[in-house]
Amino acid sequence: MPTISRDEVAHLAGLARLAVTEAELDTFAGQLDDILDSVAKVNEVAAEDIPPTSHAVPLTNVFREDVVRPGLSREQALANAPATEENRFRVPRILSEEA
Amino acid sequence: MTSTASGGDAELTGLSASELAAKISAGETSSEEVTRAHLDRIAAVDPEVHAFLHVDADGAVEAARGADEARSAGGAASPLAGVPLALKDVLTTSDMPTTCGSKMLEDWTSPYDSTVVQRLRAAGVVVLGKTNMDEFAMGSSTENSAYGPTRNPWDTDRVPGGSGGGSSAALAAFEAPLAIGTDTGGSIRQPAAVTGTVGVKPTYGGVSRHGLVAFSSSLDQAGPCGRTVLDAALLHEVIAGHDPMDATSIDAPVPRVTAAAREGAAGDLRGVRVGVVREFGGQGYQEGVQQSFRAAVDQLTELGAEVVEVSCPHFEHALSAYYLIAPSECSSNLARFDAMRYGLRVGDDGSRSTEEVMSLTREAGFGPEVKRRIMLGTYALSAGYYEAYYGQAQKVRTLVTRDFAAAFEQVDVLVSPTTPTTAFRIGERVEDPMAMYLADLCTIPSNLAGNASMSVPSGLSAEDGLPVGLQIMAPPMADDRLYRIGAAYETARDAATGGTLLDRVPRLEVAS
Repeated sequence: MPTISRDEVAHLAGLARLAVTEAELDTFAGQLDDILDSVAKVNEVAAEDIPPTSHAVPLTNVFREDVVRPGLSREQALANAPATEENRFRVPRILSEEA
Repeated sequence: MTSTASGGDAELTGLSASELAAKISAGETSSEEVTRAHLDRIAAVDPEVHAFLHVDADGAVEAARGADEARSAGGAASPLAGVPLALKDVLTTSDMPTTCGSKMLEDWTSPYDSTVVQRLRAAGVVVLGKTNMDEFAMGSSTENSAYGPTRNPWDTDRVPGGSGGGSSAALAAFEAPLAIGTDTGGSIRQPAAVTGTVGVKPTYGGVSRHGLVAFSSSLDQAGPCGRTVLDAALLHEVIAGHDPMDATSIDAPVPRVTAAAREGAAGDLRGVRVGVVREFGGQGYQEGVQQSFRAAVDQLTELGAEVVEVSCPHFEHALSAYYLIAPSECSSNLARFDAMRYGLRVGDDGSRSTEEVMSLTREAGFGPEVKRRIMLGTYALSAGYYEAYYGQAQKVRTLVTRDFAAAFEQVDVLVSPTTPTTAFRIGERVEDPMAMYLADLCTIPSNLAGNASMSVPSGLSAEDGLPVGLQIMAPPMADDRLYRIGAAYETARDAATGGTLLDRVPRLEVAS
């Protein structure tokens, strides 16, 4: 099975939006490798023709009436925001400096 | 009644929920008196146990008075009206913080009550506070809480299990007669086993997940915890049932679990077929756990059950499948913690971009186990690895479900030890994630298949004197079988030992 390199962990951390430290890269590389080694058995167990199960309850198309119901007020929705401005969520800049 | 329950009116905190409900209903005591006794007990022992992250004394007393007023007016809301409860801090409450044991949600208060909490309040149950847990319910020891570990009342150097160690410890320390847990891979049953308490993972979809902060949505299930099977049954009936707010909620009548518990207590299991899972035992299982399990199986035979051995060959691969499926769903679910709409925000100094702030926040807000699982899930779901890991794990999930289906053709329930060892020492497994994951070896199959499963205490392990759990597994929506068999076993066990298991829990030093 593949071994996970430090660079791959750095790539995963980037995808997962985790600004991990250099020390964490070393720790996680070893640990993720161990864990993946242990769970890799799943590859040997299930044959091609076994269907996957994504969910224990076979439910499809759970509908409700299309009626207006009360939701959170603007005050409630914004109450836990780290920063607000003019009754909106305030976010840091989205575009890079060069854009 | 029991000397272990000092600090707080020992007579009241030593009683079961059903006993308390009966006394309140008969007017022999009041909900306020019962609630204050438990608040006093919490004040006395929780500095040592650390079962609670938040105690809402004023809110609890107010709710208790409400329950007392309703009773005076002739309208007790439910069979548990006025009884206090400890709530795992992963279910939202509009009047208390919900932290999920994470710095990410420090001081966060939900704008709404989870369905479970709405039902508890409607039933007149008094919520004492929120209990400690592994961060976002990821762990088997409660050591992954950002707010420090909870200690096991049986031995305060040991863990109370996890992720719901706060709820199990609160019960074993007589801080609450009832608790709510959530179980994604064993987080209700394994803590119950190592604290000598009862915990039930209902059938997936049996209890609404609305307002349960998601870890792994196809596996997460809230359920009842208590010191007796009957108490768990009474609580089960309060929280279970269809909820339009949860699309995965099962629209069917709730199994008659309280009636089943009462029937089981009569002690007759003739005609019940019990299957012992062949694959769960032997190497890696503590000898005292195996002895206790064998004695429990003998007890079931004595009660009239027909016991056979059943093979579930794919159960041994369930752990591997779980540690791909759960992290995959976790990596997706926890993407919501983006530092924009709620929760922590770090590094927003005016120069950094949204993406940088997001990454710094998630790095600062999540603990090591959560980060580990997010990255594991990100890996398992990434292009090139998806089929080999996540796809294959989903196939194993099918095989585990088929094993259950085949077994339930032969037997009414399956039994196994709940967890391979008794409570381990605080710190013992923190550096070794795989060793920690093994605690959930026996509980995970029921999460993958979605069937109902219970842990009921089976006594103390001979070599260390710590509690052992018997796991009982039933088919989906046959939760009542757990309660019938669990109650029959519990009654026989108590008769054989001349008292309940928790009569033997060591006396905690009471803070002065």
